[in-house]
Parts: sequence; C-alpha cells; structure tokens
Amino acid sequence: MFRQRLTVVTASIFLLIFGCGKKEDVIKIGEYGSLTGLTATFGINTDRGIQMAVEKINQEGGLLGKKVVVIVEDDQGKPEEAATAVKKLINQDKVIAVLGEVASSRSLAAAPICQEAGIPMITPSSTNPEVTRKGDYIFRVCFIDPFQGDVMARFTYNDLKIKRVAILRDIKNDYSVGLANYFAEDYKKLGGQIVGDESYSEGDIDFRAQLTSLKSKKAEAIFVPGYYTEVGLLVRQARDLGIRIPIIGGDGWDSPKLIEIGGKALEGCYYSNHYSPDDPDPLVQSFVVEFKAKYGELPDAMAPLGYDAAMILFEAIKKAGSLDPSKIRDEIAKTTDFPGIAGKVTIDSLRNAKKPAVIIKIENQQQKFVKWMYAEEKI
Amino acid sequence: MNQTKKIILIVLFSGLFLLLDVLISPRLNPYYLQILIYCGINIILAVSLNLINGFTGQFSIGHAGFMAIGGYTSAAFTFYLGPKILETLFFPLWFSKPLVFVLGLLLGGALAAFAGLLVGIPSLRLRGDYLAIVTLGFGEIIRVFILNIDAIGGARGFSDVPKYTSLFWVLGFTVLTIVVVRNLVYSTHGRAFLSVREDEVAAEAMGINTTWYKVTAFVIGAFFAGIAGGLLGHYLQYLHTNSFTFIKSFEVVMMVVLGGMGSITGSIVAAVILTLLPEVLRPVKDYRMVFYSILLVILMITRPQGIFGVREFNWDWLKKIFSRKKAQAEGA
Amino acid sequence: MQEFIQQLINGITWGSIYALIALGYTMVYGVLKLINFAHSDVYMVGAFAGYYSAHWLGIAENPSVPKAVLVMLISMIVCSCLGMTIERLAYKPLRKSSRLAALITAIGVSLFLENGGQLVFGADPKFFPQLIEGQEIWSKSGIVISNLQLIVLLASLTLMAILQLFIYKTRTGKAMRAVSFNIQVASLMGISTNKIITITFAIGSALAGAAGVLVGLTNPKIDPIMGLLPGLKAFVAAVLGGIGNIPGAMVGGLIIGIAEVMTVGYLSSTFRDAIAFGILIAILIFRPAGILGTSTTEKV
Repeated sequence: MFRQRLTVVTASIFLLIFGCGKKEDVIKIGEYGSLTGLTATFGINTDRGIQMAVEKINQEGGLLGKKVVVIVEDDQGKPEEAATAVKKLINQDKVIAVLGEVASSRSLAAAPICQEAGIPMITPSSTNPEVTRKGDYIFRVCFIDPFQGDVMARFTYNDLKIKRVAILRDIKNDYSVGLANYFAEDYKKLGGQIVGDESYSEGDIDFRAQLTSLKSKKAEAIFVPGYYTEVGLLVRQARDLGIRIPIIGGDGWDSPKLIEIGGKALEGCYYSNHYSPDDPDPLVQSFVVEFKAKYGELPDAMAPLGYDAAMILFEAIKKAGSLDPSKIRDEIAKTTDFPGIAGKVTIDSLRNAKKPAVIIKIENQQQKFVKWMYAEEKI
Repeated sequence: MNQTKKIILIVLFSGLFLLLDVLISPRLNPYYLQILIYCGINIILAVSLNLINGFTGQFSIGHAGFMAIGGYTSAAFTFYLGPKILETLFFPLWFSKPLVFVLGLLLGGALAAFAGLLVGIPSLRLRGDYLAIVTLGFGEIIRVFILNIDAIGGARGFSDVPKYTSLFWVLGFTVLTIVVVRNLVYSTHGRAFLSVREDEVAAEAMGINTTWYKVTAFVIGAFFAGIAGGLLGHYLQYLHTNSFTFIKSFEVVMMVVLGGMGSITGSIVAAVILTLLPEVLRPVKDYRMVFYSILLVILMITRPQGIFGVREFNWDWLKKIFSRKKAQAEGA
Repeated sequence: MQEFIQQLINGITWGSIYALIALGYTMVYGVLKLINFAHSDVYMVGAFAGYYSAHWLGIAENPSVPKAVLVMLISMIVCSCLGMTIERLAYKPLRKSSRLAALITAIGVSLFLENGGQLVFGADPKFFPQLIEGQEIWSKSGIVISNLQLIVLLASLTLMAILQLFIYKTRTGKAMRAVSFNIQVASLMGISTNKIITITFAIGSALAGAAGVLVGLTNPKIDPIMGLLPGLKAFVAAVLGGIGNIPGAMVGGLIIGIAEVMTVGYLSSTFRDAIAFGILIAILIFRPAGILGTSTTEKV
C-alpha cells in the first residue's frame, strides 16, 4: 500500500517537473507532422523547410524583437496522434500558432482542436477541401483537390489522349478518397470512362489481388491518388503482373523515396505536384541550392511549402504587431500575392490558395518537369 | 443497505462529483485533467476486463473491440440523433444535453454488451488459448466492420464528436463500474463466477450453469467497456479504429495482470499506475513499450499473481497499520 | 476465368508463406500446448536478418541465385538461435505454470521483439533489396507468373518436404511425434524432452526465418510490426488444418492465402484481415479439430 503511494507521489513530482515549462521570452510556434511512419518524408521535409524559415527569420532579428522557436511533435502518421500532439502544443507548450500537417487525414483530426482553442493553423500541403471548412482559424497555402483532380483529368484525357481509366484509391486517407472522387467526376465530364474502381489501405503490402482485378478491365491507365510508399510498391507489383499501362497520381507521390521504392517500374508514370525543382525561377533555384547544400538532396514539394507556410505566418505576426492569435489570424487571412517558393500565395475567402499545378513525369528514374496546368476559367 | 440509504448515497456522491468537476475542471491544467480522465476510463476498462479474465477465468484479449463499439455507437447517436432530440425536447439545454449523452453512452454500452453476447457464445466450446485467439479475432472483425461503415468515418475516422465527457461523468461511471462489479463478485453469483474459473467441470457437476455465467461475464464486461469507449470518444472528439487495435486490448490485459487477476483493487491501482507511467516516461517514450514487455515477462515468471493477487483493499489493513503504530508508540 | 486463375496464383504464393509460418506454430503447440505468440516476430527478425545480410554481402549490386540462397540460410540460422533463446529464457521457467501465465509471457516476448525491433531497426519501413531479378516466366492468355512467385512456391514445398521426411523418417522426428502425443510418457520412455523441445523451436523458427526472406523477395517492404497480422493468420491456418498436424498446417496455409486474395479481389480490400478470423470462428464452431486433425476426448 505504501509502495503504491510512493509511486504516485514520485509520479506527481515527475509530472510537475516535466509539466511546467520554463518561461522564456521567445515566440513559440507549434509544428506537428509525420516524422516517422509510412509518410515519414512528408513530415521530415516539411520540417526542414520550416526550420530553414525559422533560421532565416531569427538571423534577421526575429519577430517583434523576439526569437522564434518551433516546437515539433511527431504524429507518426496517425490521425489520433495528430490530435494528441496538437492538444499538447496548445495546452502545454502554449504555442500561438500551429503549422501542419501534410496529410489531410491528420490535418482534419487536428483542425477542430485548433479552431476551438482559437489558435490559427496553417497547413502547408493538405489538399482536401474539408480541412479549411473546419473553421475560420484554419488556412492552407496550397491548392485543393477539386482543382487537382480536374488537372489530372484534363491532362490524362487531353494530353495523354487516354479514354479509359481505372482507379485504385487508398480508403484509409481522406485525401486519396477525395481526390479519386474529384478526378472521376471531371474525367467523366470530359467524356472519359472509369472502367474500374478498387481500393487498398495505407500500410498494405500486397496489391496483386486488386491489380489483377483491374487488369481484366482493359484500362489504358490507372489513377492511384495515394501516398508514395504504397504507390512505389504497387507499381512494381503491377509490372510483375504484366500491367504495362501508365500509372498516374497526385501530389501524394512526391517524395525522394518514391523512386527508391518503385525503381524502374515507375518509368513513364505521371503525377501532379505543387512545384518542380527544375523551375528556372531564381527564387526557386536559390531555395533548391540552399536546401541541397544543407541536406544533400533536392527538395520535394513539402520543403518549399513548409517554408512558405512558416514565412506567411511570420509575415502575419509582423503585420499584426502582436502575439494575439486572433489578430494573427486576421492578418493571415489578408495575405495577398505573397512571393512563395512554391508559387505566389493569395489566401481567398475560403482560406485556400489558388495556385497552378505542375505535371511531373518519371523518366530514367528521375522526376522531370512536363508542364504547368492552370485553373480553367469556367464560363 | 436499504433503498433510502442507497438513494441518499447516490445523491451525495453525485453532488460530490459535480462539485469536484465544477471546481477543478476549469482550474486544472488541461493536461492533468486529461490524465485524470484517462485514469478513470482505464479503471473502467481494467475492472470490467477483470470480471471476464480474473473472476471468471476466461481469457479475453479483444476488449478493445467492445470499447470501439461503445465509442462509435454513442458517437453516432449524439452526432446524428442528438441535435434532433435536442430540438424536440422541451427541457432546458443543461438538462437535455447530458440526457442525450447518457442515452448515447447506454446505447453504446448495450450494443457492446450484445457483441459480448456474440463473443461469449463460441466461448462455450473453447479452452483458454483458443478462446484468446477467438476474442482477438472478434476484436479484429469488429474493427474491420467499423472501417467499412462510411457514415461513421470508415477508414478516415469519426470527427466532430460533441465534447460531452467531463470529470463528473468519468468519476460517476468509474464508481458505478467498481460498485457493480464488486457487488456482483461478492454475491452468490460471484461464487459461481469463481467456481467457473477454478474448475469448470466440477462447477458443472455441482449444477452451476457455467454457460450462463461465462456469457454473463462477457456481457457485463463488454457493457462497461462500451461505456468507457463512449467516454473516450466524447472526450477526444475524434474516433479512429487505430485506437482500438489488439495493442489497446493488450494494454488493458496488462493492467489486469499487473494488478492481480481477481482483485478489483488491483485493477484500479494498476490502471492508475499504467496511465501515469507513460506520462512519467514521456522523455524516454521510445523505450516505454520495451520496458513494459520486459516487465510483463518478468512479472509472469516471478509473480504471476500480480501486485494484489486475489486480495482486496480492506479497512482492516488501515486498522492494523494504525494499531501497530499505536503499539510502537506505547512500547517506546 | 483468367482473372480467377491469376488470383489463385497470387493466393498460392501468400498461402505458401502462411504455411511456412503455420508449421512453426503447429509444431510448438503440438509439443508444449502453447501458442507461441512470439513466432510472428521471429518471422519479422528473419526478414530483417535477410535484409541486413543481403546488404552486408553486397547483393543489391549484383543479384544472383546462390547469394539469395545464402541469405536465406543465414536468416534461418539466426531465427533458429533466436527461437531457442526465447524458449530457454521465457518459456522454460513457466513449464509448470498455468497456461494463462505462459500465454501472457508469450505476448510479452512478442511485444518485446516488436518494440525492441522498432528501437534497433527504426520504426520506419525498410525495403528489401532485389535479390533476384523479377521476370515473367510464363505469360499466356493474360495470366502472368513471375519467377519470384515460382521461387516462393518451390522453396516452401522443398522445405515442407524436408520437414515431412525429417518427422517421419528419422529417430528425432519420431521422438518429436512422441512428445506431441504425450509428453510425460515420452520422457518415461527415455526421450530427453528438453532436447526435443529445443529442436522443435529451432526448426519452427528456421522455417519462419525462411518465410521472412521469401516475403522480402515478393513484398519488399519490411518493418518491425510486419509479423503481427501474418502471424495471427498463420495461426488460424494451423488451427484450420488441425493444430499439431503438420500436413494440416500446409493445407490450412494455402486455404487462408487463397481465401484472403479472393476476398480482396472479388469483394473489398477492407475485409482482407477479417476473413482469416471469420474462417477461424467458423472452423471452431463447426469442426474444432480442424480439417486434418483428430478429435481427442478430454479426460477429467
């Protein structure tokens, strides 16, 4: 009995020590991302981008005279962990704003928490439209999936001249399900046919059953709006099964690991993305050079988007002239023509950014820029 | 204890919990409040599982499945039907909202209890190890079914669950669970449960309907697990099947085993320890599960009966401690 | 029809893997009446052993068949040792304890290996290097068999055949059968039961290790928790075939593999993991002894 009490007392002491934070005069920003797990490169590269932004801003003297500190939490790629991480950042670390996440499912889990707490959240690359609908404190600096689905539909139908497409979606992720639906809708409107629709779950390692089923549908391409780990694996299995048609996807493919996993099987595949390191724009190139010098590889889209999200947040804090989250929120909403690395950012009334997409082709196991795609003006 | 005394006690305790909630919840750091709430939920889980595993000797490692059913059902109720009910009822909001919540929880518990019934039935023919695998399997099957129901979020999870859980409810249901299980175990029915655990064949020979008792243990255990799930869901405001895998079931089994299978006090204490421990060990989070698993193995080899074995907390202990102290003081 | 045959081939590939793992479960259960939960993690260690030894041998640069066989042998040896160690450290002290305590210990060892694996190997998935070039062996009328699938099938069949010969044609094999039948009487007959139990674990774990490498060949993503689900399904396969029955484990494995692939191909991928458990419940209700098993009466 006594031993139990001793444990509880010791535990409480530990809690007090770790529970209280030291009071320092810094600006605390929270970041949550998938630093481990199946989509680890998303979190890691976004973090790299954010860290570069923080370094830059601190070199320039910080914000409002104070140093900027980013507190990073790993959500392991799990939505329930994202919710917990954000709660901790807001309640324990008392951050004034939150950056994250890449995957829409995790952003969706965290957004209601930020909204309720009145802490602005900027997601660098979640593309599911539901995310910003969670409340007026939630923003994004990238395009949304209705646009992305339309882009891929148009590219597939008009540019690749493909009329029959099968879909293989990841039902565990809102992003994948949403993007698959938007693609299908627009593709059919253009006159294309969706000849098959199968699903897998993030974390699956064997896709042969679904691929075999789709093979018999005689598609000319397979649309796989999933994340890079599963995509890499399934493209290889598709080729093993004798499926030679192009496999296409969305920005969830973007990772240095994609080609590492998929290898030669990815030859002739396409996907839509937020930016390309081949972009000759000097702003982009200077970022690419700096990133490569620091981390030894070319940045994928997550890094510049993370950088942009952080910079836009810092700009808003500067303009607000205070650490009051509601004032910061208002300034974020007013962002117009911000010169982001991954494109100019203007936050619209739905708190999304209208940006063009870029089509990437995989050739000789490298990602090559193909073309820019813009939103079509609906007459 | 007669009826009026019971009612007075219930009213008194409810008042106490309400007071605690109103005073503490707004003032306490939300992180500590969360730990308190988790303690409560884990106690409910551990005590309810102990009824099945400890007192009736059935090896169930699918408890998370019942939790999931309770959580999702209650959330679906409060999310979809809640607003409609709130509109039609004439009571003031401060009354209707808790009403909806309790209804949701009870519905969740009831559905979980039904699942417990389904799981309990194959248990008739199965011994220890097989039963364990079947319960594990059921937990998985439940998870897969939930994954396929899009209306409750499917593979993406159920978000925007209203936040109804508060310290008051957690305290209330925790105490309720403990009282119900304790009373059950210390009644004549309790003897029957224990006899099933000790020697099923002998019990059957004595005329005890072992089937009925085994199934009842599952049903009641599952009911409270469902309540715990509902409380969790309405606290996190987000439900995802990832939170209800066999890993979660193992965690509850650990609590029961650590505390002592057959001791309610043990389950309570172990639940609290195993809720606080991860928080204390947060700095070395990566090593936590390794530490747990080694602890489990060592525990099984050296002291399989857990901390409390089959003993319960007793007022007599306190008396003994005090009388010893008094004797020491007098002797000195 | 073509689709059906292709799915059948996919199913048989997975089925062979499940069969190899199931053999370990069934042998250990036959001898100790214990579900070795940690077996699924021995399989995982086998995959990682294969991964690291492949890199160490520099296979990724020039894949070849002899090197692949070497990787598999290394993995089998590593797993054998691991299995024997687990038995000696965790299960032996509990031989006289209740089945429940032994089961919980097995779960504890399993958790230890999984989380320890996450610490040692890192929780992020690794990708098995290509040991053998994937090529189409046969592709007619829309059905494609890759050499990797063929290799998995042949390797499994070979290992299972060797096991059968061992069990039925050698003295040690006879001793193992005797211990499965009745451990007390076997020791009365002069069989060193400790030795037999150790050998059982060694063989079972070696097979799991082989399965790990074969999986690495066809499904290159490996991570420390990869063993959990396949392990459970393999156990179901063992029960399906009749626990303690070696040909039964093989048959059970194939059935589970095919059922799973058919479910995903014709129904929905979300039911993939549930089908094995559904089969388990069905078999336990309708024919608890399993397909090839014999029912034994329990004496009180």
